Amino acid sequence: MIAFVARRLLLLIPVLLGVTVVTFTLTRIIPGNPIDLMVSPLADAETRARIAENAGLNDPLWEQYARYIWGVANGDFGDSFVTSQPVLDDLTSRFMPTFELTLFAMLLAIILAVPLGIASAVWRGTWIDHVSRLLAVFGVAMPVFWVSLVAIYVFFFLLHWLPAPQGRISVIVAPPDAITGLFVVDSLLTGNWPALRSSFQSILMPACVLAFAAMAPLARMTRSSMIEALESDYTRAARAMGLPERSVVFRHALRNAVLPVITMIAIVYGYLLGGVVLVENVFAWPGLGRYVYNAIASSDYPALQGFILYSTTVYVLLFLFVDILYVLLDPRVRI
Amino acid sequence: MKEDIAVANPEIASNGEPLSVPAADGGLAGKEILRVENLEVEFRFPDSSVTVLAGVNLDVAEGEIVGIVGESGSGKSVTALSIIGLLRPPGIVTGGRIQFCGQNLLELGADEMQAIRGERISMIFQNPRASLNPVFTVGKVLREVLLLHGGLRGGAARMRAAELLADVGLPDPDAVLRRYPHQLSGGMAQRAMIALALASSPQLLLADEPSTALDVTIQYQIIQLLSRLRKDRNLAQIVITHNLGVIAELCDRVAVMYAGAIVEEAPVERLFDETLHPYTKGLLAARARTEGGGELESIPGQVPDMKRRPAGCAFHPRCAFATKICRSESPGLESSSPRHRVACHRWRELI
Repeated sequence: MIAFVARRLLLLIPVLLGVTVVTFTLTRIIPGNPIDLMVSPLADAETRARIAENAGLNDPLWEQYARYIWGVANGDFGDSFVTSQPVLDDLTSRFMPTFELTLFAMLLAIILAVPLGIASAVWRGTWIDHVSRLLAVFGVAMPVFWVSLVAIYVFFFLLHWLPAPQGRISVIVAPPDAITGLFVVDSLLTGNWPALRSSFQSILMPACVLAFAAMAPLARMTRSSMIEALESDYTRAARAMGLPERSVVFRHALRNAVLPVITMIAIVYGYLLGGVVLVENVFAWPGLGRYVYNAIASSDYPALQGFILYSTTVYVLLFLFVDILYVLLDPRVRI
Repeated sequence: MKEDIAVANPEIASNGEPLSVPAADGGLAGKEILRVENLEVEFRFPDSSVTVLAGVNLDVAEGEIVGIVGESGSGKSVTALSIIGLLRPPGIVTGGRIQFCGQNLLELGADEMQAIRGERISMIFQNPRASLNPVFTVGKVLREVLLLHGGLRGGAARMRAAELLADVGLPDPDAVLRRYPHQLSGGMAQRAMIALALASSPQLLLADEPSTALDVTIQYQIIQLLSRLRKDRNLAQIVITHNLGVIAELCDRVAVMYAGAIVEEAPVERLFDETLHPYTKGLLAARARTEGGGELESIPGQVPDMKRRPAGCAFHPRCAFATKICRSESPGLESSSPRHRVACHRWRELI
């Protein structure tokens, strides 16, 4: 097992190298000149040339690339053109807000989608199956930024149930003491009720919007793998042994059906990391999504490259985690 | 072996009035435990329905092994699944009775039927490895079944589980208990399935092609095991197969199915020696040639499409002896002798 994990982690190196080649090349091909960001628009040509020279932008591409890789290997992702901070520090400080939002969204999606998928597999063709299919169609068809705006309009503007987009917590409430970095969890742990109330209200709408988008594929996958399990030879045999339907569905069928759902959860989580860019912007959420949105808007190469490296790493680690889960859950998978 | 059945007659836990079946030799076989009467099954689709069983009659006595033969699609498995109450949509039982120890199983509710499944009627299937849950060890499922049917848990359940596995001829039962299905050979998996089916000492075992998916030598071992279970436990069985060798080796009586109905039924020796139905003759001829060498004889034509069931006798389009009446009237089962029944208009002339 340890050897398996070590081998997979080693594999991360060529993957990340490949990603840096692609992002490095792409960021140099796409239009937009970073010099414009670094110097005042009034600077003369000589100043611009000097700054480009100092930033190494006149060196051959391979030299720039080698310098970049050397820096990354030493934990230096370069400085953001916009914030003038080391990219790594920027990413680290914005990681937790995004993690909190996507974690809540994912949990919400799983809690809703998996039982819905099971129900629509067990009661195929009934109203619950149709409702679940309809929800899935809406979840896939409606873009998250639009759902975000509608949610704000309904729950803030019309109903006054939830606050306006205000980031992670209201400005008039002090954030909880940091323990995990997740506001809701921290305020719960420290018994900070005003902070809990405010942070929960703040996260509810964006998390629900993201969960709505994530639910669709999860519910459909749960349904189809559950149907396959329920029609398998081993559930028929389990029924022939006289096992009660409860055990047939929740023990024998579900235990098998859950395997592809786990893979789907990982895929959907990766998709959420993309969707969160838009949702964070709508809800003024101070996370990676907003950071990368700004980086794209302002040709902030180091920030962009850093973010892509970071999300690639998250993705690879996520799937490593899924593979480890498979080894634990499916006796046929051995390493 | 015939004598065994006639003699074997311990106390029976039958709650209805036991009917007795006259044996071929005029003696008395065990008490009847299952009687299927006029069983009709349809497959219902949104825009059509297809008759799959058109009035099946079958009875099984205690400790008796009855074989069902027939081509694929003749309704063998549907019959068995109906008996154990596992027929799933689109299949629907539309008529008839299934009397088991005095109760009509078709009148029971889902819970009552579930209490009978595994407890008094068990079933094993064609593909033993796919019939075992891939994510559970043999021991885990066996313990679940033992807890359900016997209330056994802990050490007692473990001991009983090992005992059952040893009983079906699995060497080193303790090791097998810890194995997952993919770590078992086909033969071992089928033995494990049989152990699971026997966990609560049922009175009737339905075996749907129990040896078809296995190697020839393993097939023979499984057949031997089923035969021994009858001797040791007086376990009645319905064995579905398309292998006439299995029938000859294992069964007391055999029912030949064609297009959703039983066309001939007789004690095994009698069926082989005094075949009456043209379809059965065809089946036997197809087998005889494979043993004797030379060209393989087959029954001309194909199993009828159930959606376009031929009028009259379903076999008439393939039958060399069909006459006008065969095309218009469906023959009923008639007794040619006390234990030999045949559904053919012309059996008297064709002997």
